[in-house]
Amino acid sequence: MLSRVAETIYWLARQVERAENTARIVSVNANLLLDLPRGIAPGWKPLIDITGSNALFEEHYKDYGERQVVRFLLGDLRHSGSILSALASARENCRTIRDIVPREIWEEINSLYLFAGDHLSKGLTKTGRYGYLRQLIAGAQTIVGRLDGTTLRDQGYDFLLLGRLLERADMSSRIADVRSATLLPEADELRPFDTIQWVSVLKSMTAYQMYRRSEQIRVQRGPVLRFIFQNTFFPRSIRYCLDNARVNLEHLPRNEAALRALSRLARTLDHVEVTELTPEDLHQLVDDLQAGIAELHTEIAATWFLPPPAVLETAA
Amino acid sequence: MVIEWDRYPCESLYDELLAAPGQPRAVTAALLADLAALGPEELAIRQEAAEVSIKEMGITFTVYSEEGGAIDRAWPFDVIPRVIAQSEWERVAAGLKQRVQALNRFIDDLYHDQKVIKDGVFPKELLEHSVNFRPQCVGIDPPFGVWAHICGSDLVRDGDGTIYVLEDNLRVPSGVSYMLENRMVTKRVLPELFEHYTPFPVDDYPSQLFDTLAALSPRPADYPGVVVLTPGIYNSAYFEHAYLAQQMGAVLVEGRDLFVDDDDCCYMRTVDGLERVDVIYRRIDDVFLDPESFRPDSALGVPGLMRAWKAGHVALANAPGAGVADDKVVYSFVPELIQYYLAEAAILPNVPTWRCLDPDSMRYVLEHLAELVVKPANESGGYGMLVGPASTQAERDQFASLIKKDPRNYIAQPTLNLSTVPTVIKKNVEPRHVDLRPFILSADRQQVTTGGLTRVALRKGSLVVNSSQGGGSKDTWIVPDDVSPTMPSQSQSQEQTVTEL
Repeated sequence: MLSRVAETIYWLARQVERAENTARIVSVNANLLLDLPRGIAPGWKPLIDITGSNALFEEHYKDYGERQVVRFLLGDLRHSGSILSALASARENCRTIRDIVPREIWEEINSLYLFAGDHLSKGLTKTGRYGYLRQLIAGAQTIVGRLDGTTLRDQGYDFLLLGRLLERADMSSRIADVRSATLLPEADELRPFDTIQWVSVLKSMTAYQMYRRSEQIRVQRGPVLRFIFQNTFFPRSIRYCLDNARVNLEHLPRNEAALRALSRLARTLDHVEVTELTPEDLHQLVDDLQAGIAELHTEIAATWFLPPPAVLETAA
Repeated sequence: MVIEWDRYPCESLYDELLAAPGQPRAVTAALLADLAALGPEELAIRQEAAEVSIKEMGITFTVYSEEGGAIDRAWPFDVIPRVIAQSEWERVAAGLKQRVQALNRFIDDLYHDQKVIKDGVFPKELLEHSVNFRPQCVGIDPPFGVWAHICGSDLVRDGDGTIYVLEDNLRVPSGVSYMLENRMVTKRVLPELFEHYTPFPVDDYPSQLFDTLAALSPRPADYPGVVVLTPGIYNSAYFEHAYLAQQMGAVLVEGRDLFVDDDDCCYMRTVDGLERVDVIYRRIDDVFLDPESFRPDSALGVPGLMRAWKAGHVALANAPGAGVADDKVVYSFVPELIQYYLAEAAILPNVPTWRCLDPDSMRYVLEHLAELVVKPANESGGYGMLVGPASTQAERDQFASLIKKDPRNYIAQPTLNLSTVPTVIKKNVEPRHVDLRPFILSADRQQVTTGGLTRVALRKGSLVVNSSQGGGSKDTWIVPDDVSPTMPSQSQSQEQTVTEL
């Protein structure tokens, strides 16, 4: 497989995953706000914090109002992580490898991109938003399903899964981090609302029912964090993503450096009792995880992707 | 409502489907009946369905704009197919093979002994003025002596029904993917038309193309490394590059994916390391192929590629330098070249062409500027064309002096009255002018596409078929001559469906 193609597939998977995750967090936040009393509701800013795009957001918007945040996350093409940007990049990437991906995948990505653009104005209204986001998530899941159901289990598939798993692990850690930081003050009368917040964290990963089945205790911070970080069976937990990334890395040639980077990353999760972490420690853990994910990405790029143009020239 | 073919205005035209208002051609009776039964409103609905289909399938061509980056435009398509009888098509296909065979002999001759010049058939000074002659290619022996492996020739039919060759594209002709997609769209949106017709399939082309390319491999192997070299997604034909690579199971590469090593072999950079490449179907122009040999500023090409090609370690299709025969003046010599190399008369006529190089022809051209189309021999002039009937006296005067100054750079042709095909225009069916681009493959053997890409000028009266200028395209059907002139009975059509299943 061409290095350039491997890289394109990897990014394609990341972008589809990013679009889906962004749709999930917007949808869940909207739902959460309906449940919380006006005075204590954290509002929409946490979503910008999750995506780590505060600087760009503040450059273009005056305040963290619902309309502004939703527009920024759904359809602002100046924000490379907005759903529309992510789908546009995924489509462009897919276009450059149309010879590799099955035609149905291209058609699905193309239709989803067209849908996201054509119905954006509907997605920006309070009444239209739910349906819009639901369809986006369903569309992204269709792409995932079609890819799983129709592509060769070759190197391309390994890069596809690596892209998806890294993006997913990254987003899961961000969701946990931000929700934890905006935790409500410890007070008995607010407890029910605290629970609601952790339920919303689970729901943004479609993890609520799986959590109930797996943990069989009521929703509270400690077990939720353990579930998101360390559950080995839930496909959106960080542990699961890393375990599976290892499987794909092991299929690839010259994988020593990347496997070492993955092992370093995985060790940050070992032997940590996440239920007992203070908010500060948790934040540090998430920082370490994200640094590790970035390091793994760098290693993957250096080993298998096309060298940047400057390096090519020297080599020739 | 039904379509009233009696009132279809084709009296002063050659229409491909109707001999006269209300009167079908030999193989089109059932088609016209089917279309009439559907009626103009339903056809307009199918037309819309086709457009939606094309958008969803992502069949596009790219238009580059400064602000917006690459814009993908949906491929314009008209649902009514153009139909050609098998017997006529066989003659055309034979003529195309003959033509390309002669052109390949000619190119090979120019890069070797230049017998055609020594024998006084082709003037030496024309070669000296050719912008597409590549001195870097002299003395090279590509496999089978073939330089133009993929040729796209443009055919037009004049008002009297004669099919002429308008030009031969020997460099990087495009359009074949749209020919394939058009058939797919027709099957999706007008399946009932296939009940009475079984047009010959077109989808064999990618396999034929692969076989043609594989035959050029310098290493005899079961699986030669075949790649399609594209300039990238901003190229207007990128869709086609990706499409053909996918259909052939070949690797689609950009210049930066390839690498020529000190052993003069070409490799691609893969996840597993370097991998040998045997055959490159290149869709970038000669001058961008190799910055070491041609334009040093080319970022699209592969340094050292010409070295690898000359060493015979990699095959290039089309071969560099093949474009020398893709020039308006060379075109005018093709009938003579066929006679010279093959000792045969040309099966397909050229559009009558006056070469201003010849004093008598020049005199005729200068006297008839208002009726003729004047074209510069090669694009380097940048003066464009003169379309006589649409020109002003000042433009004609300007061209007269240009021709007198440099006669060998100009040719002139009569203005043709291109044939038409019924086309869905709003909720009506009207005649629109068409041309046809078939593709001819040559390596160890020759093959011609079944039909080709029919392009249609969607503006009323327009003769411009280019997609960037309001042109569209149509599915092209080659059908057996013995298609029943009447509607087949119900039982027959059912039987046919069962056989197909």
